[in-house]
Amino acid sequence: MVVPSLKLQDLIEEIRGAKTQAQEREVIQKECAHIRASFRDGDPVHRHRQLAKLLYVHMLGYPAHFGQMECLKLIASSRFTDKRVGYLGAMLLLDERHDAHLLITNSIKNDLSQGIQPVQGLALCTLSTMGSAEMCRDLAPEVEKLLLQPSPYVRKKAILTAVHMIRKVPELSSVFLPPCAQLLHERHHGILLGTITLITELCERSPAALRHFRKVVPQLVHILRTLVTMGYSTEHSISGVSDPFLQVQILRLLRILGRNHEESSETMNDLLAQVATNTDTSRNAGNAVLFETVLTIMDIRSAAGLRVLAVNILGRFLLNSDRNIRYVALTSLLRLVQSDHSAVQRHRPTVVECLRETDASLSRALELSLALVNSSNVRAMMQELQAFLESCPPDLRADCASGILLAAERFAPTKRWHIDTILHVLTTAGTHVRDDAVANLTQLIGGAQELHAYSVRRLYNALAEDISQQPLVQVAAWCIGEYGDLLLAGNCEEIEPLQVDEEEVLALLEKVLQSHMSLPATRGYALTALMKLSTRLCGDNNRIRQVVSIYGSCLDVELQQRAVEYDTLFRKYDHMRAAILEKMPLVERDGPQADEEAKESKEAAQLSEAAPVPTEPQASQLLDLLDLLDGASGDVQHPPHLDPSPGGALVHLLDLPCVPPPPAPIPDLKVFEREGVQLNLSFIRPPENPALLLITITATNFSEGDVTHFICQAAVPKSLQLQLQAPSGNTVPARGGLPITQLFRILNPNKAPLRLKLRLTYDHFHQSVQEIFEVNNLPVESWQ
Amino acid sequence: MIKFFLMVNKQGQTRLSKYYEHADINKRTLLETEVIKSCLSRSNEQCSFIEYKDFKLIYRQYAALFIVVGVNDTENEMAIYEFIHNFVEVLDEYFSRVSELDIMFNLDKVHIILDEMVLNGCIVETNRARILAPLLILDKMSES
Repeated sequence: MVVPSLKLQDLIEEIRGAKTQAQEREVIQKECAHIRASFRDGDPVHRHRQLAKLLYVHMLGYPAHFGQMECLKLIASSRFTDKRVGYLGAMLLLDERHDAHLLITNSIKNDLSQGIQPVQGLALCTLSTMGSAEMCRDLAPEVEKLLLQPSPYVRKKAILTAVHMIRKVPELSSVFLPPCAQLLHERHHGILLGTITLITELCERSPAALRHFRKVVPQLVHILRTLVTMGYSTEHSISGVSDPFLQVQILRLLRILGRNHEESSETMNDLLAQVATNTDTSRNAGNAVLFETVLTIMDIRSAAGLRVLAVNILGRFLLNSDRNIRYVALTSLLRLVQSDHSAVQRHRPTVVECLRETDASLSRALELSLALVNSSNVRAMMQELQAFLESCPPDLRADCASGILLAAERFAPTKRWHIDTILHVLTTAGTHVRDDAVANLTQLIGGAQELHAYSVRRLYNALAEDISQQPLVQVAAWCIGEYGDLLLAGNCEEIEPLQVDEEEVLALLEKVLQSHMSLPATRGYALTALMKLSTRLCGDNNRIRQVVSIYGSCLDVELQQRAVEYDTLFRKYDHMRAAILEKMPLVERDGPQADEEAKESKEAAQLSEAAPVPTEPQASQLLDLLDLLDGASGDVQHPPHLDPSPGGALVHLLDLPCVPPPPAPIPDLKVFEREGVQLNLSFIRPPENPALLLITITATNFSEGDVTHFICQAAVPKSLQLQLQAPSGNTVPARGGLPITQLFRILNPNKAPLRLKLRLTYDHFHQSVQEIFEVNNLPVESWQ
Repeated sequence: MIKFFLMVNKQGQTRLSKYYEHADINKRTLLETEVIKSCLSRSNEQCSFIEYKDFKLIYRQYAALFIVVGVNDTENEMAIYEFIHNFVEVLDEYFSRVSELDIMFNLDKVHIILDEMVLNGCIVETNRARILAPLLILDKMSES
C-alpha cells in the first residue's frame, strides 16, 4: 500500500496537534520511518518534500543524519526547487566533520560557473556557511571570478563568501586583497557593506594588509561623509538615519585602521566630530551609530577635545530613559575610566544615580562607582555605596562589600571613619565579606590606640544587638577580650556613656559560645576573650573558670584543647597568667599589594639617610606601627601570617620566634646631579632572599624650577632580572619639593656583578633633558 | 560576527534556528532552552542585552515570540538590536502582518529571507526591496 506522503504543512499541523511530548515523538518517528523508506526507494519527485520535512524535524531537535546523502542528490538535480531544499539541507545537516561534505564541491563548482544568478546565490550561501578548508581552496578561483561580475546580487554574496574563505584558509588573503580597492568605488550598498567586512577581516589577520589599507582611509571618510550629509533617502534609511549598518561598519574599520597611527587618526578627526554632532539621537538607529563613533574615538589617537566630546556623549546616554543605552554607556565608561579618569569623574553623580535602579546592569554601575572613588569624594561615595549595600541583590553583596573595604583602606581620611565604615559593612553584609576582613580590622583597631575605647564600646553595642554575623562577632569578641578594662571603665567621650556591668559582658560572651549560629572559629575567639577578661576584670573568676572547665570536654577538638590549657593555666600556672594574657603586641601582617609597596618604601626609608616622605595615608599608618614595634622586628623580614586566634595554644605563646639581627645597611649612592636635580640610590638586601636586591631611587630637586614628566628607565645585564615598580609620581616641585621615589627589584641568583644603566627624561626650565649613564661605584655588598 | 539567530516562543518551542558556527545537536537544544530561560526571566525594566558564556545575547520580544541573536564581542549591540527590527519589518512586508503561524508554515521562505540578509554571520543586505526581490520572482515562477 502506497501511503501518499504528507506535505510539510500537514506534518506541521500534526505535530502541533500532539498534546504531549511522547505523542509528538511518536508522530515524528512514524514520519521519519516514511522518509527513510522514501529515500531508500529513491523517489525523485517527492524527494525535496521529504527532505523539507526532515529539516523541520531536525530543527525540533531530532536526529536527521540519514538525510545527508539526499542533500547531495537534490543539489545535483536541475530543478530549482530541488536545489533550494538541497542547499538548505546541506547548510543545516552537513559540516566539516563528515566526509560527505566534500562531495558537494563538484556540484557547487558547476553551479557557480553556470551563470544562473539565483543558483549561484544559493551555492555561495551554502559555501560560506559550511565550506571547509579544502573546499575553499578548490573553489577560490570561481569565487574570485564572481567578484567582478556585473550583477550586484551575486557580487555581494561572493564578497562575503570570500570573507569566510579567508577565515578558513588565511593564505587566500593574497587572492582577495587586490579586488578590494576597486570594489570600494561601487555605489551599491550591499557591495560596500561586504567589501568593508572583507577589508576588516583582512586587516585583522595581517599587519601588512593593515598598512596597505591605510591608503583607503580618505576614501572611507568620503563615503561616510556622503552618507551622513545625504539627507533623506528612501532606499536605505532607517528612522531617518541613512543606512546605519553601513555607517557602523565603516566606523569599525576606521577604528582598526586608525589605532596607533597618528596620520590616519588625524584624517578622521573632523569626520568623527561631524558624525557625532549631526546624528539624530531620538531613535535607536542614531544611537547605535553614535555609540560606534564613541568607541572609535576612544580607540584611535584622537584630539583631546574629541575625547571629551565622546565622554560627554556617554554621559548623555546615561541620562537617557532607554535602559539599553544606559547599559552600553556604563560598559564603555568602565573601559575609559582608567585612561580618562578626570573626564569620567564629571559624570559621577549620574553613575551614582544608576546604582539606585533595579536592573541587571547594576553590576556595571557598581564597578564604575568603585573605580571613581578617590580621596576627595570618598566620604560622599561611601555613603552612597553603603546605602546601596543595604538594598542590593545578594549576588552583588560580596563584590560591593569587598569593594567598599578596599576603597576605605586606600582613601580613609581618618582612622575613626575607617573603623566606622568597616563596622557598618560588617553589620550590614557581614556574611559576605572576605575572610581577611577580620584580620584587617583587628590590625586596624590594634594600631589605633586612641580609638580603643571607642571601638570596643561600639563593637559591644553591635554585638549585643546581633550575634549572627560571624566576622562581626569575631572582631567584637577579640576587642572585648583585649580592651575589656576600657569597656568597663565607661569613660569614652565620643559616644554616650554607658555603664556596662561585668556580668553583662561575661553573659554576652557565654551567649556567643553557646549559640548554634557561631562557627567553631568564632567560639575559639569567644573562649580566648573570656580568658583574657579574667585578668582585666576586677571581680573573681569563678564564672570564667566554670565555663572554661565545661568546655574542657567539648566535642570540638580545638575548643577542647584551648579549654584544657586555660584550665591548667588557672590551676597550676596562676602566677604566670597575668603575664601571658597581657595586651598583644601589634603583629605585622601581609597586607594587600598597595600595603606591601608602602611597607618596602617605609623600610627603605628606615635604612637610608634621606627619608622620602610617604604620600599615601597607608604608609603613615604603618609608620605609626613602626613606632609601636620594638626595633628588632622593624626588619624587612616577611611578617608571620596573622594568627586568627590570638593567644591561641599556650605552646606557641611561650615559643617566641627568634629574630635575627638586621644586616649592616648598605650605604646610599648619589648617582646623578644636574642643575640642582639629584638622583640617589639606596639598597636593601632582604636576608631571607639573598638573590633579591631592592633599589629605591629618589629624585630630589633643589633648583628654582619644577621638574615635570620625569621618567626613569633602567637596564641590567642579561643574567639579572629587573622589575620596575610604578614611581610615586612624575613631578618634583622646585626648592626641595616632594621627591619622586621608585622601586627596582633585581633578582641576581648567580651573584653576577651588578651593573646598572639608567636613562632619565624630564622637563626642566622649559627644556627637555635626556640623560643616559651607567652607574659606577656600585657597592660590592649589593650583589655578593 | 553573529553566532546564531533564534526565534523561540514563550513555551520554549523553537520556530527558527540558524547557526553560523557549528554546534552539536544536543548542545543546540541545551543552548536554546537556557537562552529562552534567561530571556523569559527578564522583566520589562531590564535591558535587552545579556551576557551568556562567551556570547552577548540581544533579544527582542514580539508578542509571544522572542528573537534572540547571539554575537561575539566585536559587534555593536545596538546595531544588532536595530537589525532584528529590520528583519521583522521585512517579514511584515512579505507576509503582510506576519504572525507566528506564518513563520511556522513558511519556514523555508523565512530561511531564504534570512539568508538574503545575513551571510556567514555578517550582515549583507538591509534594504527591504532588494531582499524580497528574488523571493518574489521565485513565487511568480512557481505560480506560473
